[in-house]
Amino acid sequence: MGMIEAILLTVITAATPLVIASLGELVTERAGVLNLGVEGMMIMGAAIAFAATQMTGSPYVGVVAGIAGGALFSLLFGFLTLTLVANQVATGLALTILGLGVSGQIGEPYAGMSGVKLQPIAIPLLADIPFLGPLLFRQDLIFYLSIMLVIGINWFLFSSRAGLKLRAIGDNHASAHALGIHVIRTRYLAVMFGGACAGLAGAQLSLVYTPQWVETMSAGRGWIALALVVFASWRPWRVLAGGYLFGAVSISQLHAQAFGIGIPPQFLSSLPYVATVVVLILISHNRRVTLINTPASLGKPFVPDR
Amino acid sequence: MSDVEASGDGPLLAVRSLTKLFGSFTACNAIDLDIRPGEIHALLGENGAGKSTLVKMLFGVLAPTSGEILWKGEPVRIASPAAARRIGIGMVFQHFSLFEALTVAENIALSLPPGISLSKVAEEASRLSRLYGLPLDPNAHVADLSVGERQRIEIVRALLQNPELIILDEPTSVLTPQEADRLFETLAKLKAEGRSVLYISHRLEEVQRICDRATVLRHGKVTGACDPRKETPASLARMMVGSDVAAVSAAGTGARGDVLLEARHLTVPARSPFAVALKDVCLKVRAGEVLAIAGVAGNGQSELFDALSGEYPVSDPAMVSIRGRPAGNLGISARRLIGAGFVPEERHGHAAVPALPLSDNLVLARNQSDRKTFLGGGALGIIRQAVVRLASKRIAETMDVRKSGDNPAAGSLSGGNLQKFIVGRELDRQPSVLVVNQPTWGVDAGAASRIRQALVDLARSGSAVLVISQDLDEIFEVATEIAVISEGRLSDTYPAQSLTREKIGLLMGGMHGETDESAEVAHAHRA
Repeated sequence: MGMIEAILLTVITAATPLVIASLGELVTERAGVLNLGVEGMMIMGAAIAFAATQMTGSPYVGVVAGIAGGALFSLLFGFLTLTLVANQVATGLALTILGLGVSGQIGEPYAGMSGVKLQPIAIPLLADIPFLGPLLFRQDLIFYLSIMLVIGINWFLFSSRAGLKLRAIGDNHASAHALGIHVIRTRYLAVMFGGACAGLAGAQLSLVYTPQWVETMSAGRGWIALALVVFASWRPWRVLAGGYLFGAVSISQLHAQAFGIGIPPQFLSSLPYVATVVVLILISHNRRVTLINTPASLGKPFVPDR
Repeated sequence: MSDVEASGDGPLLAVRSLTKLFGSFTACNAIDLDIRPGEIHALLGENGAGKSTLVKMLFGVLAPTSGEILWKGEPVRIASPAAARRIGIGMVFQHFSLFEALTVAENIALSLPPGISLSKVAEEASRLSRLYGLPLDPNAHVADLSVGERQRIEIVRALLQNPELIILDEPTSVLTPQEADRLFETLAKLKAEGRSVLYISHRLEEVQRICDRATVLRHGKVTGACDPRKETPASLARMMVGSDVAAVSAAGTGARGDVLLEARHLTVPARSPFAVALKDVCLKVRAGEVLAIAGVAGNGQSELFDALSGEYPVSDPAMVSIRGRPAGNLGISARRLIGAGFVPEERHGHAAVPALPLSDNLVLARNQSDRKTFLGGGALGIIRQAVVRLASKRIAETMDVRKSGDNPAAGSLSGGNLQKFIVGRELDRQPSVLVVNQPTWGVDAGAASRIRQALVDLARSGSAVLVISQDLDEIFEVATEIAVISEGRLSDTYPAQSLTREKIGLLMGGMHGETDESAEVAHAHRA
């Protein structure tokens, strides 16, 4: 395997959790709910996936457990903000803090253990394509899922009736309610989908990226995922592009530091953030497109008047 | 579209002692109503009379506290709008329940039963819109459409369900007279097909023109059922209001003084993609004049108000002058200091903070202009509560503001009373220039006439008054001069006596070729 191939592989591994967590949050926000607890749900997914893998020996059980863990944890957020109409920003922040704490408890017995890595699955024929094959078709399950999620969510939001209803709720929940769309039920599902995606992203961290448990190993990726959603104007393909750009610049700056280029490391470490912000601002310069895509009722609580 | 059948002679929809309580407040009190097949039935009443609550119950948005709804003689429980649509009731809301970020076709698809593809919806929508004379581009985003176009979406959306009863809530409040005429033609077509229409309005003239029967509501009760064509506007108004409404005595052609408010080639780019740019607006208001600016909502009225009031100052100071001083770059408080007063539209959240008491709302508006009176402690600016409360009490008395308690939260007042307060808050200072945006929008007739009289009186006492309004009745009541705003351009100013409704209507839409259909479709495509 060549040097470039190796670098590109690490880029994919670094970008995948960002893309998955962002996509989940994108769906949640398109329904009008702002869940700032992505970081917390992600780290919960990582801990639960690692623990389940250690208990059963199967990383696939770990993946499922990570997804379920993230979804269940987000249900807490849903109950507080949708049923009890608590403030979404405060509840999301609390969810992150709670997730970081509880995941530490769950993962504590497994700290320092070597994990089981999710093995790549080669796709017949495609995997033999030179260069592209090993990069794209000799990957683990979670990578394939991330690409299917981009395609699937894009189709769901813009071509399916259920997706249309979800966007309608995010645009104007009072009108959606007047049309007989189940606002709260749809928002619960959207929140849980966001939680499931964050959990899956967490599972990728503890089963693929660095197959072990380290406390707070999500290292701020949940926050980056949140920012990506906004900068990508709530569009799935832009989330993919933003996630990969961020991954690519983070990995290259690591290599640049390793080569000892005479640039201060602090500057290099900030590069991924700067580059992502600049590029996403450039692609979202059309304010009309941005406005059309921004969920107008984002973060606003809904109480049906009965 | 012709499976609408009359079920004998019985009413299509009958309502028996329908009641809705909100806490201890009775919004609808034992209402009886019959709607016959193939009639246009008017539901008349003041704001707050319970019309909206009643139709929300008919459409399944609100659940009745008690009473019965009969559909073709059978008792029905309408649990949701979807249930209402299933039995054959369609509704066009006053505040459109449209999704701005979605396209016309997507908006329509949302209210249809599942299993119909989006392209089918678009096709059917354009077919219906042609059939009923309501031109629409199915692929346009709602955010880019005019209010009249948005209403067409609502109507087409309701028609797609092939309803036997269509409820229209204040449909003409947002239309030009010409657009309203076109709507009446559509309604006549629906009636000819045997459909019934429940037409909610407080405009007596159009009710008399198009409706077969009318039911009048006041304070949540039915106060009369009649044939509107056999009544006079005065007798209908009496049923609505319960007493005769004081007529406003106009400012007339008294003495005119100096130009106190002037805009010179006021040009402001659109602040957001959905806002309107002001293009070369010129206007002059002299002492003793009431200049009314007519226009359909969303043609630059808010932007004009923002520029005149200084809510968004403009870069060139000379573009706006107040009492001869260039003021374009001044903020709202600085403009108040040189003798201007401003009443924005939207009582709740813009003109007043609903959660704060009246006295605090008074200080918020006048903390600079009345700094010496209201604030103490020098630079600290401590509010002199006693003085402020006294002033707000004075305003409430002058304007006949009815409230519970001495200094209640602004949000607890009814719309009319709060509006009287926020207009009174400015009048109390005797400003030499007053700019008011939609002074009586959604206000009951009594309060509206009180506010209009106050504006006229202010002009008579030698101030310049500029009123931005969509209500032509109001404009003819108060104005000495009239100009029309359309797509951010202002027409010439005409003396009020020289204008008719028709002429204003032409100025509203006609200036930019929006009156014929092809131009309108082109307009829809422009996005």
